[in-house]
Amino acid sequence: MDLTFSAEERIFEQEVRDFIAQNLTPEMKRATALTPSVFSDPDIGMAWQRALHRKGWGAPGWPVDAGGPDWTPAQRWIFEAECARAGTPNVNVMGVKMVGPVIIGFGSPEQKNFYLPRILSGEDYWCQGYSEPGSGSDLASLKTRAVRDGDDYVINGTKIWTTHAHHANRMFALVRTNDTERKQDGISFILIDMKSPGITTRPILTIGGDHEVNQVFFDDVRVPVVNRVGEEGKGWTYGKYLLEFERGAGIASAKLRDALKTVSDLAESDATGRAIDDSDIAVRMSEIEVDIDTLEMTELRVLSALQTGQNPGAVSSLLKLRVSEIRQAVTRLGVEVIGNDGLYVEPMRPLYRLNEAPGIPEEMLPIVPEYLNGRAYTIFGGSSEIQRDIVAKMVLGL
Amino acid sequence: MDLNLSDEQRLLRESVDRFIAETYDADHRRRSAGDPLGFSPAIWKQFADLGWLALPIAEEYGGLGAGAVETGIVMEAFGRGLVSEPYLSTVVIGAGLIAECGSEAQKQAMLPKVADGSLRLSFAHSERAARFDLAKVETAAMKVADGWRLDGHKIAVIDGHAAGQIIVSARVASDDGTAGKLSLFLVPAGTPGLTLRDYARLGGGRACNLDLANVSLAADALLGDGSDALPQIEAVVDRALAALGAEAVGIMQIMFDMTLEYTKVRQQFGRPLSANQVIRHRLADMAMHCDEARSIALRAAVMADAEPVARGRAASGAKAKIGKSARFVAEQSVQLHGAMGVTEELDIGSYFKRLLAFDTLFGGSAHHYRRHAALGGRTPPHA
Repeated sequence: MDLTFSAEERIFEQEVRDFIAQNLTPEMKRATALTPSVFSDPDIGMAWQRALHRKGWGAPGWPVDAGGPDWTPAQRWIFEAECARAGTPNVNVMGVKMVGPVIIGFGSPEQKNFYLPRILSGEDYWCQGYSEPGSGSDLASLKTRAVRDGDDYVINGTKIWTTHAHHANRMFALVRTNDTERKQDGISFILIDMKSPGITTRPILTIGGDHEVNQVFFDDVRVPVVNRVGEEGKGWTYGKYLLEFERGAGIASAKLRDALKTVSDLAESDATGRAIDDSDIAVRMSEIEVDIDTLEMTELRVLSALQTGQNPGAVSSLLKLRVSEIRQAVTRLGVEVIGNDGLYVEPMRPLYRLNEAPGIPEEMLPIVPEYLNGRAYTIFGGSSEIQRDIVAKMVLGL
Repeated sequence: MDLNLSDEQRLLRESVDRFIAETYDADHRRRSAGDPLGFSPAIWKQFADLGWLALPIAEEYGGLGAGAVETGIVMEAFGRGLVSEPYLSTVVIGAGLIAECGSEAQKQAMLPKVADGSLRLSFAHSERAARFDLAKVETAAMKVADGWRLDGHKIAVIDGHAAGQIIVSARVASDDGTAGKLSLFLVPAGTPGLTLRDYARLGGGRACNLDLANVSLAADALLGDGSDALPQIEAVVDRALAALGAEAVGIMQIMFDMTLEYTKVRQQFGRPLSANQVIRHRLADMAMHCDEARSIALRAAVMADAEPVARGRAASGAKAKIGKSARFVAEQSVQLHGAMGVTEELDIGSYFKRLLAFDTLFGGSAHHYRRHAALGGRTPPHA
């Protein structure tokens, strides 16, 4: 039993480091550090995605024949850890990590041939149409309706909390194609061109002052039936498959460690009057660091099981719960560390393209918005309450 | 990078699990609690025969040369069984100190006897004024013509009553009046001037308070060459923290399993307790705490031989985190058993007390988070 990587894995680690050194520009790194929302804006995120794609690393989790790099679980770990350490852009996951696996698993050959290369190259930018105003945690109650009319579906309804809908040219959505007794059985999974007539998008500002999510309205939007993935009425199954990807963060500890380091660096700097000398803050920093160590060990236990072909069990809900709570603890500590400078509000976005120098040290700018926006971590992708229900059912057999 | 158990480790786990399941039940524990020794010498002999006493001892001294992960496997099962045999004090701490500090002759004389079960050890270190500061020792050792003289008071000496040799820490008075070096002395049981007041320990087993009044020791009672022993004590205590963490994981898991089962069976308002969302969410949190404790205990074991700062931070981080998690699981286990959880009629209470003792030993969560921060260079040790 050991925590060190093999010689070949060390060589791979060096290859990743070299790649990052050659492709991560100072502008991308700064923009990422100054982005207080979940994902980088497309200009930053897609620049990184294109660089990854040129190297053949555009979709680490995909099978080889779909364009994946054929990495072992350990290689994926190393890649994610190195990216987190270096502060690479947070590429919107809706394409590579969400709709991609669903198309690979359930899409037609035509859909695979058309969409997968465009996801890899970053030519298409995806958003996710799941939640509705009346359907949050109870997602299966969704009402956006797709009615068959010849070779088209005609879609009416609305989706909400749609991340980057204002940037996306495509949406994958769960829509109601049938009123079945069991709500889940009447749902289909459909791919929508965001330029279709009848689609309007309304921005929603989050409490940190960021425009990341939207409400999207569908007014007699026509979508070809061939854009449905898999069978009609099976959308819930495909959607759940995808949610497992969203929850099974898998390798989150490295990013959290990087986030804590940002807070720790601030706490050790004169800019905060050395907040770290407050022993309460120092101890809280240790509490969070130990929580991250714990999470990392859990991830490595899962990785070890995967490497020997064992099933790690239903841990993704456990991980999602802890990852979101730890992330919130880090952002909360950040607010405390910057003290009075946390009162400064910068309304302009993006923070990396301000016209004038801000009134506080630049690296403090995202701290409060990150905390405020970050309250969503225990809500999206299935709230913590839903995750506890899942743990009780799936892990405890209740 | 591999956190899977090796074949040998899996076999060890199977064998110790089986032994505990077959041997340690509530009746067995009651008999041990009523016994003046607090444990069974026959079982100690079986531990020796099964090779468990030899596990972490180096092969040249009759041991098996295993590491902290193997110790953790044994301790986790011992936690499930609430084993009261003096494994931690003899094998993990006592033999650990001898291996770290002892001269070649001392190692040759004692370690094989630990491995074969004929010598039990205890570590007398803690003093009332020190709380959990390992460096704070007032017990005094004076060099005299034919050896050493020790005077002082020790508390919470785990398994002191059962030890053939008690390892006593003391400050050796220096000639120039500065604080003397921290040294370790081997004090044989029954040495004149040694007074033991032993008591039934919280959570099972026994411990004692130890008074040393004018205790005369031979020159070779000093463990090792007389250089300051604090770094070695810290190394061994860090390993003990990892072992205790594994024991706590075993206790937490069985408390959780019992509680989960109970909430499925116990009916109120015409349905099982586990049908209530508030109970289900509590159980989900308990499961999460158990799993987190398992991860961080394993980390402390895997890091047990790392350089001192990394090792110390891993050990203190685990002790602190598991302390918090264990308290949650233990208190909620009692809570969900209702009034029955507060009685001596269920095993839950016994496990609860052992976890409380775990939390206290070598310092609780607050102490170890502070040590973690201090070792990380974040705050002075005694801020």
